[in-house]
Amino acid sequence: MSDTKKTETVGGTLIFVLIICLVCAALVSISAVGLKPLQQANKLLDKQTKILEASGLLEKAGTDIVGTYDKFVEAKMIDLDSGAIIAGNTDIFDERADARDESKSIKPSNDIAGINRRANHAVIYLVKNDQGQLDTIVLPILGLGLWDLMYGFIGLAPDLNTVRSVVYSDLKETPGLGAEVLNPRWKALWPGKKMFTEQGDIAIKIVKGGAKKGDVHGVDALSGATLTSNGVERTLHFWLGDEGYGPFIAKFRNGGLN
Amino acid sequence: MSLDTKKVLFGPVVDNNPIALQVLGVCSALAVTSSMANALVMTIAVMLVTAFSNFFISIIRNQIPSSVRIIVQMAIIASLVIVVDQVLKAFSYQLSKELSVFIGLIITNCIVMGRAEAFAMKEKPGVSFLDGIGNGLGYGAVLLVVAFFRELFGFGTFFGIEVLQLTQNGGWYQGNGLLVLPFSSFFIIGLIIWAIRQWKPEQVEKD
Repeated sequence: MSDTKKTETVGGTLIFVLIICLVCAALVSISAVGLKPLQQANKLLDKQTKILEASGLLEKAGTDIVGTYDKFVEAKMIDLDSGAIIAGNTDIFDERADARDESKSIKPSNDIAGINRRANHAVIYLVKNDQGQLDTIVLPILGLGLWDLMYGFIGLAPDLNTVRSVVYSDLKETPGLGAEVLNPRWKALWPGKKMFTEQGDIAIKIVKGGAKKGDVHGVDALSGATLTSNGVERTLHFWLGDEGYGPFIAKFRNGGLN
Repeated sequence: MSLDTKKVLFGPVVDNNPIALQVLGVCSALAVTSSMANALVMTIAVMLVTAFSNFFISIIRNQIPSSVRIIVQMAIIASLVIVVDQVLKAFSYQLSKELSVFIGLIITNCIVMGRAEAFAMKEKPGVSFLDGIGNGLGYGAVLLVVAFFRELFGFGTFFGIEVLQLTQNGGWYQGNGLLVLPFSSFFIIGLIIWAIRQWKPEQVEKD
């Protein structure tokens, strides 16, 4: 390093640093702004893929996720306390932002899922079959696993009792243990299970050591992942209960979507 | 290809490997090696960041005031890392969901800073760029070997393709629970270092 460099003076150093900052800032801004449309499209595609998976349409969709989604899926915003469908822009609804906003969320009195705050609104997805009849209702869920919140969807038949699927989309569980909730073999245990008893009580449970054959309410626990399995069970119990989709489910059973 | 270029480009793979000889960048090597795909993407990301940060720092090496040179290097490296993260989010969303945290941590990867300070501050842009690629290759070679063992014996797969069928999928192979966890990389990296030093005893440190 020679001492004759112009930039070795205080003024020279400041100007040099300023220029570097401007160039770097420009580089970062251009890439962030320029790539944003692609990133948002990716995010949306990821979500739509999970919703199609929860409704059992993923295989049918093949590579045409967006087309299939637009054709069969309709998003509706609901108010969780009343269970009523309300007007609202389902595209920009952000559950995580709402749950942080005290004016748009509540603290559940019985927070078995460990979510801390629950948004007042939720977006649900009505999925039609080829004949245009309501076939599956996809409800977003979240709840604490072993390490962190796990986000996912449950797909229910129009009786809001028969399970079509339980699909997790975003989690940080241990690979090989808790993260086995993503294993297709475990997911295949869910279709046909019943969430409620005939009296209407929540009955779905995760059974350690394996559910008995013919048990319509029991699903095998994940081996080596007791805490994740418990988390799944509590998450379902919370979201099917009074502070989750309970009011919506009651309202829907009484009068459909109106 | 002249002998010197070859040395700059492929020297870091075995003779002067950043992980095995210099023991730099081990933290990310632990985290991203649970699958081959993750390790490969991380390798490419580190290679690009090292190459371009070396290149840009080398261009302005005669202008950088020595009193703030580390900060200037950091600014350039950090900008490049953000760009890589953004590109990954735009073109490979699934991988970026898994790797985003670790891509951000490339900023603190000692290999990148080390090469900027030790090589790019003294050499011309072209050869600095190659040095960055070379060190990326060296880093990637270790990462891929570690990931190969962890993925094959931990999950029974190779690049996601089933090789050994796991018991939970109805097969015969009981996945190794230790290899699924990040710290198992310590053992594999240790074995790699041992193997390289058996082969090239000149790498063994003198007492």
